[in-house]
Amino acid sequence: MAKIIVVTSGKGGVGKTTSSAAIGTGLALSGHKTVIVDFDIGLRNLDLIMGCERRVVYDFVNVINGEANLKQTLIKDKRVDNLFILPASQTRDKDALTKEGVEKVLNELAKDFEFIICDSPAGIEAGAMMALYFADEAVVVTNPEVSSVRDSDRILGMLSSKSRRAERGEDAIKEHLLLTRYNPERVAKGEMLSVEDVQEILAIPLIGVIPESQAVLNASNSGQPVTLDQDSDAGQAYLDTVSRLLGNTVDFRFLTVEKKGLLKRIFGG
Amino acid sequence: MSEPFFELKGSLFPLSVIHSSDLTLAGLQTALEKKLGQAPGFFHQAAMVIQLAPEQQNIDFAGIKQLFTALKLVLVGVTNASPEQKQQAQAAGLAVLRLGQDAKPTSSASTAAEKQNDSAATPVQQVPMHTKVVEQNIRSGQQIYAKGADLIVRGAVGAGAEVIADGHIHIYGTLRGKAIAGAAGDTSKRIFCHNLQAELVSIAGHYWLSDSLQGDFWNKAACIRMQDDSIVIGEL
Repeated sequence: MAKIIVVTSGKGGVGKTTSSAAIGTGLALSGHKTVIVDFDIGLRNLDLIMGCERRVVYDFVNVINGEANLKQTLIKDKRVDNLFILPASQTRDKDALTKEGVEKVLNELAKDFEFIICDSPAGIEAGAMMALYFADEAVVVTNPEVSSVRDSDRILGMLSSKSRRAERGEDAIKEHLLLTRYNPERVAKGEMLSVEDVQEILAIPLIGVIPESQAVLNASNSGQPVTLDQDSDAGQAYLDTVSRLLGNTVDFRFLTVEKKGLLKRIFGG
Repeated sequence: MSEPFFELKGSLFPLSVIHSSDLTLAGLQTALEKKLGQAPGFFHQAAMVIQLAPEQQNIDFAGIKQLFTALKLVLVGVTNASPEQKQQAQAAGLAVLRLGQDAKPTSSASTAAEKQNDSAATPVQQVPMHTKVVEQNIRSGQQIYAKGADLIVRGAVGAGAEVIADGHIHIYGTLRGKAIAGAAGDTSKRIFCHNLQAELVSIAGHYWLSDSLQGDFWNKAACIRMQDDSIVIGEL
């Protein structure tokens, strides 16, 4: 049975799409057949982050409306086996998604894939609700600052009340906290909330901490999921996250200020 | 595939009971609108029962039912009905409920309760609810109202969340949102929390914002109560 994981946050710009791309790629790298579905109808971004923007022919809405089939629409990643992207429509709006339509597409994907990653749009309106409705697990992406934390809290409330699992009275969606743009130096100076602060407020298990990194911006700009940049701290942190998502225990890294070694001090780091 | 699940069970639900001497359409409408105006959200689609008195004759049950629907309320049935009132209410599709210890499943044909009459393993008893218990965290944007009851929250109340009770409020986690005790106007009600970081606390309409809460008890366990018309905070 395929596992449906929604990547959500409430607040915009915290790294939902970057995280969806990185986690989806990481799962595929570990040998699991994975599809990343862009739910941000009208503000399509996932294709850019994944570097497949020129290969989009049909989209999610076309499939729902029966204008194309899934096989025609899914874009196979050229770098990683087992990785597919279902792009959003850029010319429509969020109302183009219906619960029945989304359910039909997800059911069809579930036959073929082990993991379905739903990249949620920002906000708490219909689009975001649609992305989380069918989820089995949720990765709540949060930046270490108060407005992002509060929006995440709001989304957690939605996850426990507005999802299909909640409506049917099934086991609750498994919630994971993914802290992105974490800067240990600024945390040490008291300019940023610490992991502990965020965890105390949101009270859900931590799945990963992604350090603030130039590698993320570079990756987005070049259309490479950051997980493919395995030398970068952010890439490694995402790979750790994926490993935890698969049930492994991995120590958290990049939580403290890195001491510069002698060589780094001499040659610059 | 498993067998489709079907079972009839007796359960108890809290219902709001309306006591009114004036059951004319106009009279009810005025009274209900006034009540709804005080707290528009609380009664949205709330299930209600009308308490009848024997001297109230020729009540327009069908009209009343429509009035409730128009006001976004759900009229479930009537209670304390005389045989004549009972007939009229049933004709309008309302359940006839009986209050008190001796209540048995009523003969109202429209309720499921009647169908489990034979087994009668669980006699339906109207036990008054005194406490509402919430097991998990209350997240930003969520609102919990314990109507006519105390409220116990085992988790935290997030910033932007609201907990409201007509009785006392107990919060075993951190209170970061709003807590409103004695919402029906009872000044003897209190708020207890294990960690006070509230946006607002209110008892029977008197309230303090977080600015006034800074001080000895901020970030600590606290009990908030009314004394001589003003709010006081003390140790838990």
